[in-house]
Amino acid sequence: MPKVTVDGLELEVPAGATVLQACEMAGKEIPRFCYHERLSIAGNCRMCLVEVAPGPPKPQASCALPATEGQIIRTDTPMVKNAREGVMEFLLINHPLDCPICDQGGECDLQDQSVAYGRGTSRFEENKRAVTEKYMGPLVKTAMTRCIQCTRCVRFAEEVAGIEEVGAIGRGENMQITTYLEHAMQSELSGNVVDLCPVGALTAKPYAFEARPWELKKTPSIDVMDAVGTNIRLDSRGRAVLRALPRINDDVNEEWASDKTRHAVDGLTHRRLDKPYIRKDGKLVPASWAEAFDAIKPHWTGKAAVVAGDQVDCETMFAARELAGVSMLEGRQTGLAYDTSSLSAVNFNTTIAGIENADVILLVGSDLRREAPLVNTRIQKAVRKRGAKVFAIGPVTDLTYKVEWLGDDLSALAKAPKALADALKAAERPAIIVGGGALRYEGLHGAALAFAKKYKLVRDGWNGFNILHFAAARMGGLMLGYAHEGGIKKLATAKAGLAFFLGADEVDYGLFADSFKVYVGHHGDNGAHHADVILPGAAYSEKSGTYVNLEGRVQRGERAVFPPGDAREDWAIFRALSDVLGQRLPFDSLDALRAEMAKAVPALGVEGLVDYGWSEPSLSADVSGKIADYPIKDFYLTNAICRASETMQKCSAELVHGTHFLEAAE
Amino acid sequence: MADAIQIPDEAETRAKWGSFAFSPEYKAKADMYIGRYPAGRQQSAVMALLDLAQRQVGEETQTQGWLPVPVIEYVSSYLGMPYMRTYEVATFYTMYNLAPVGRYHVQVCGTTPCMLRGSDDIIAACKKRGLVKGATTPDGMFTLNEVECMGNCASAPMVQINDDNYEDLDYGSMTAILDDLAAGKQPKIGTQLPGRHTVEPFGGATTLHAMVDKNHDYRGEW
Repeated sequence: MPKVTVDGLELEVPAGATVLQACEMAGKEIPRFCYHERLSIAGNCRMCLVEVAPGPPKPQASCALPATEGQIIRTDTPMVKNAREGVMEFLLINHPLDCPICDQGGECDLQDQSVAYGRGTSRFEENKRAVTEKYMGPLVKTAMTRCIQCTRCVRFAEEVAGIEEVGAIGRGENMQITTYLEHAMQSELSGNVVDLCPVGALTAKPYAFEARPWELKKTPSIDVMDAVGTNIRLDSRGRAVLRALPRINDDVNEEWASDKTRHAVDGLTHRRLDKPYIRKDGKLVPASWAEAFDAIKPHWTGKAAVVAGDQVDCETMFAARELAGVSMLEGRQTGLAYDTSSLSAVNFNTTIAGIENADVILLVGSDLRREAPLVNTRIQKAVRKRGAKVFAIGPVTDLTYKVEWLGDDLSALAKAPKALADALKAAERPAIIVGGGALRYEGLHGAALAFAKKYKLVRDGWNGFNILHFAAARMGGLMLGYAHEGGIKKLATAKAGLAFFLGADEVDYGLFADSFKVYVGHHGDNGAHHADVILPGAAYSEKSGTYVNLEGRVQRGERAVFPPGDAREDWAIFRALSDVLGQRLPFDSLDALRAEMAKAVPALGVEGLVDYGWSEPSLSADVSGKIADYPIKDFYLTNAICRASETMQKCSAELVHGTHFLEAAE
Repeated sequence: MADAIQIPDEAETRAKWGSFAFSPEYKAKADMYIGRYPAGRQQSAVMALLDLAQRQVGEETQTQGWLPVPVIEYVSSYLGMPYMRTYEVATFYTMYNLAPVGRYHVQVCGTTPCMLRGSDDIIAACKKRGLVKGATTPDGMFTLNEVECMGNCASAPMVQINDDNYEDLDYGSMTAILDDLAAGKQPKIGTQLPGRHTVEPFGGATTLHAMVDKNHDYRGEW
């Protein structure tokens, strides 16, 4: 723990800290462009210069200088001020003066810091350098003349996204940041380089020229595109959500968000259900709320089946359950029927942050990169920084890090190949990750549990047994009892007269041919096509909701905008319907509902990680067969919001199906 | 305008160079370079391997060689590194040609010492013979480039043609060299001044006189 003095303030800093970190601990602001907490240190922008004694009599780059015992650091001397002004002047030499037409305006590090640390006027009278635009894919817009070559994007692509496709070519004045041969970045995290870029060189293509940051209302929310529960901030203006940005949460998403999280928001304004519909003579016709409720009433028998979709919040599921009863609930739309007697056995027990510490990881039928990109980055970190070994059972796919593929035969689980068995025996923190989709294989769940027992994956202070879900509603649904014995197929055989579908678009509606189908959701997708009555609900941005992510973390998001047209918040729909059906639900407000929900399932009342305890159900460990494929075929089109989003359609066409879009100039 | 590096048409070079592989002699050399670094650090040999690949391309095309994209990718795969990282190296160093060059790659030094000693005349001599900066002559013989200091300031002005230096040039000697090369003759390598061998001073030593004939210990005289 070295002791340093920053501007006369003596303080102790952790061993291994840099001078920049020491200054921050002392409460000093150090301007920087290339330095970023979550990336490796580059030290090439020179903006963080400070005076350090002992040392050479010149300013030093604090981000790359380790803090050592007895250092005297000054950040307020004329030398430092001059140095900063000088560096800023050099950075601005080739930076265009196009702030008025730059999308970064208002949230630009260069703009802010030149106001705070710059000279104020320019002495440069020569020609500025200009750089041709680069193509980086459908999400990243480039204006490379603005680039100050901090290389944050290069380091992000290599260290976090795991794709070494971005680099700096050329040298000196001709140095340029580009992707390899200007192909699109093949990453589901490419949008993050936009946030990282301290200037306006990389901006979001779908958001180009949409808004200025100060016009936007910022609402903290939780993402529902996958089960990670990315903490996001929804930026809205008027009734439209214009963009989604990640909030920092080191336990969940660190500082990142997947491209789907960021750019599916334009789907929130397309193909929306904005009034109730009733099917008359085989056709859906618009109706009023009263008519829609009246159409449901004759089919009401005191209970109903409820199928929850992948994106619903706990409040909706709870309200539906209170009305329809607990006997016919199901959330696993695609027909999975795994055992849910112990929630710990279907949870991501190691936790998202914890998986970074695993030293041997076995993936079973999980295409992590598409199912949970931000869990994948954690494993990428474990591999890259801590030398973790990753084995996988399933069809070979590119996960961005080195994986030892054990074939797609599930018998490898019963009889582990030698390499895996040896690695597990030597491991201190071994983990298994079973893909949520792979649970469709008979006996796999039991075999995985037996595997965990055999290799002691659950030990003191470490639980290495993980199921990786990829539906935001899954863990919350399981906690609320949305799991019917035998799955949705068995549920269909119960021949419910009335069935509610909460934004469920992946269901095989043929199973429910005999039921009266009420779709409560927000997009005119598969579910709405099959419904007898449509009740328009709210999307995740339009309601305050509780979500439980794949590791069992209860998180709350807030409402950013109101639902369009006649659409209402889902819980309120059930409350109103209950009145018509003569079975009034005991809550009139969201708070009252939450209080009821916390009474029924106490864990949902507290934000944070739920402790399910560890208990293993006794399941048959007999497993055979092969993992044929992964559940997510098209990362960009996994739910109704994505499918309604033009941006996601474009990403899918270009990045998944390889369509080549000509640019305007071509 | 700092344009993106103009690489020749990708489809065409892929068709032509897609099946590039080191010949046995070059493979042996490549493995020799890789062997100089510890196991797992074979990427350190990237610069040597790119040079070898460029030379092999040169032999196959009867020119000084260049690095088509598939060749860069071949070297990347050979060393197990991402394409982008190799590409960065290839674009950084001027010794790697990213577009085809002629049989003789004439690199005229235009940095201050050479310029003061008459590099403008050298360039004029090249122009007179039809060489154009940054381009190859129509007969495919010469590619002219102006480069920065090549460390021969004591015998400025100089040019580097392929692997050889020609120093102490003037308009006439440069023309003679180009004529010789065009005629298939090998001009004298090194200094072009009669009586000069390397970069020793004109007209005998100007310092360390006592060292001219034999070793001399100056220490006592300090």
